Amino acid sequence: MTFGSWLALVVAIVLSAEAVRWLRQRAMQHERWRRFFRHPTAAWGSGILTFLVIVAIAAPLVAPLDPIVQPDPVGLKNHPPSLTFLMGTDVFSRDVWSRFAYGARVSLGIGALGALIAVTLGSCVGAVAGYYRRWVDAILMRCVDIGLALPRIFILLMAVALWDRLPFAWLTLVIGLTSWFGTSRLVRAEVLALRERDFVVAARALGVPSGRVIFGHILPNAAAPIIVSAALSVGNVLLLEASLSFLGIGVAPPRPSWGNMIADGAVTIYTAPWTTLFAGLAISLVVMSLNAVADGLRDALDPRKDPA
Amino acid sequence: MTAWLLRRLAASVAIVFAVVTFVFILIHLAPGDPCIVGTGEGIPDPEVCRSLVRQFGLDQPILVQYWRYLAELAHGNLGYSFALHRPVRDALADTLPFTLQLAGAALLIDFGLGLALGIYQALRLNRLPDVVLGNITLFVYSLPTFWLGLILLLLFGETLRLFPVGGAGDPILCPLVDSFYCLADRLWHMVLPAATLGLVGAAGTARFQRAAMLEVAQQDFVRTARAKGLPERRVVLRHQLRNALLSVITRFGLTLPFLLTGAVLVETIFAWPGMGRLTVDAILRRDYAVVTAAALIASALVVAGSLIADMLLGFADPRIRVRDDAFVDVVTA
Repeated sequence: MTFGSWLALVVAIVLSAEAVRWLRQRAMQHERWRRFFRHPTAAWGSGILTFLVIVAIAAPLVAPLDPIVQPDPVGLKNHPPSLTFLMGTDVFSRDVWSRFAYGARVSLGIGALGALIAVTLGSCVGAVAGYYRRWVDAILMRCVDIGLALPRIFILLMAVALWDRLPFAWLTLVIGLTSWFGTSRLVRAEVLALRERDFVVAARALGVPSGRVIFGHILPNAAAPIIVSAALSVGNVLLLEASLSFLGIGVAPPRPSWGNMIADGAVTIYTAPWTTLFAGLAISLVVMSLNAVADGLRDALDPRKDPA
Repeated sequence: MTAWLLRRLAASVAIVFAVVTFVFILIHLAPGDPCIVGTGEGIPDPEVCRSLVRQFGLDQPILVQYWRYLAELAHGNLGYSFALHRPVRDALADTLPFTLQLAGAALLIDFGLGLALGIYQALRLNRLPDVVLGNITLFVYSLPTFWLGLILLLLFGETLRLFPVGGAGDPILCPLVDSFYCLADRLWHMVLPAATLGLVGAAGTARFQRAAMLEVAQQDFVRTARAKGLPERRVVLRHQLRNALLSVITRFGLTLPFLLTGAVLVETIFAWPGMGRLTVDAILRRDYAVVTAAALIASALVVAGSLIADMLLGFADPRIRVRDDAFVDVVTA
């Protein structure tokens, strides 16, 4: 760790703590956002997420070394955590903290992008199925049944086996395209209820085209479950990416992702547990924070809890 | 009831059929020369390659190939693995029982421990044990399965040396489970992998069960039960629990894909000789016949699991049998 990276790390911690404090202060003026912060875990969760996002964005500042460079494969191999190497070094003498920071970019990036694809697709399919009902609904929902029946990892393994290693963008796309089934069911159920409401009936009676009814009137009112499911999706996609990278078929080494950091460290788990420990903790913390934030959002966005 | 059951059965068969078709399309979309893809190494002699292509009918129109593929599947033929030099069916028959044993044990931990914790939390609602357990289950639920496996391996396998670090049994003393000693040996080897696979699910089940109990607690019949002066314990265990168990049955069906996914990772970590490890090894060898067959078997297992869950739910909840849509509502709720 250089002086600059220590400074950047401290700034990142202070910044995320301040961001949560500021959000919390703002939240106190609104009943629904007060409900969000009523869970202590939701505040902690947003703090952890903010911190890791800052680390990911500022990776070149926070990380003292290049994540791929191997400074001294003989002398510095499996060095335990110290002030110079905050999280130790791995079997190739690479600085684990630097890999952690750059890995955050890859892992969080895939998580966010994959979830964006999954939630967008899931919402569209769910909205169309719920709005048009009849045969459109029947066909789409049978497709969703099939999608839910496929154990995703086997399909992804198959895709990787057939296409050799998938490039980064394709990996994100494939993960996103296989993660939308749950969301679409959720949105469909919501849309089925909304389409009978007076404001939707009125819009249709006024001759508003179907597309505008769906995207302008129905979906904005289904925002709450969609946002919650997006938060949960990010965690799921992150876990899936980590699993694939752990099996050696996800993000291609030497590029660091939290999943293939665990895979690299698995070999030396008995002699150098720190190489797997921190990346695994980071994944767990992110998923846990997202679950906590989703719980908070569910409470905050639930209109039934708004004072009349 | 019978009509409802038949409809569900037909839907399941249709889903498996669609999965088969999807897998077939995926294989044929893949780039690469069949001579190279099939064997993993490539055949240098073009004449040999051409005769192999003819022998396996790869020069036929795609619909003919599709028909043959279905016909072979109908006869239980899952293809031939060139890397293993044996039919894929035999390789799967050797490994699938191990995966099922592991998944069964994990399922037991998942629902046994999960339900117990969820019910205990509901009985101590918002008091210290509930809050503590709530935070623990939130954390465990968020753990990546494979990482938990590595940590358990490090703690109980290496540091404390309580359990073996891999394999399904002593290969010399117990090639088969044919004595009490060997059964104990198998179970002893199963503790860590099953715990890895089951604990994350158990945390999820506990959270799910607690939420389901709270949901039921809002309903009128619970208020009535309290109003007529039943003891709190009886209200929770008789009225809330029985109704909350209905949504747990749907969770059972949804757990299977999760377990099979986890099995791939856990078997790799603990060198458990199951279908998941076979699949991962097959990928490293580019042995796509095994991968596709495993994907098919896994999908069939998932469909069978959700069919069983449907049937259980149908028996347990008469409302489902009357209104078919209700099932979808219960699942999405």
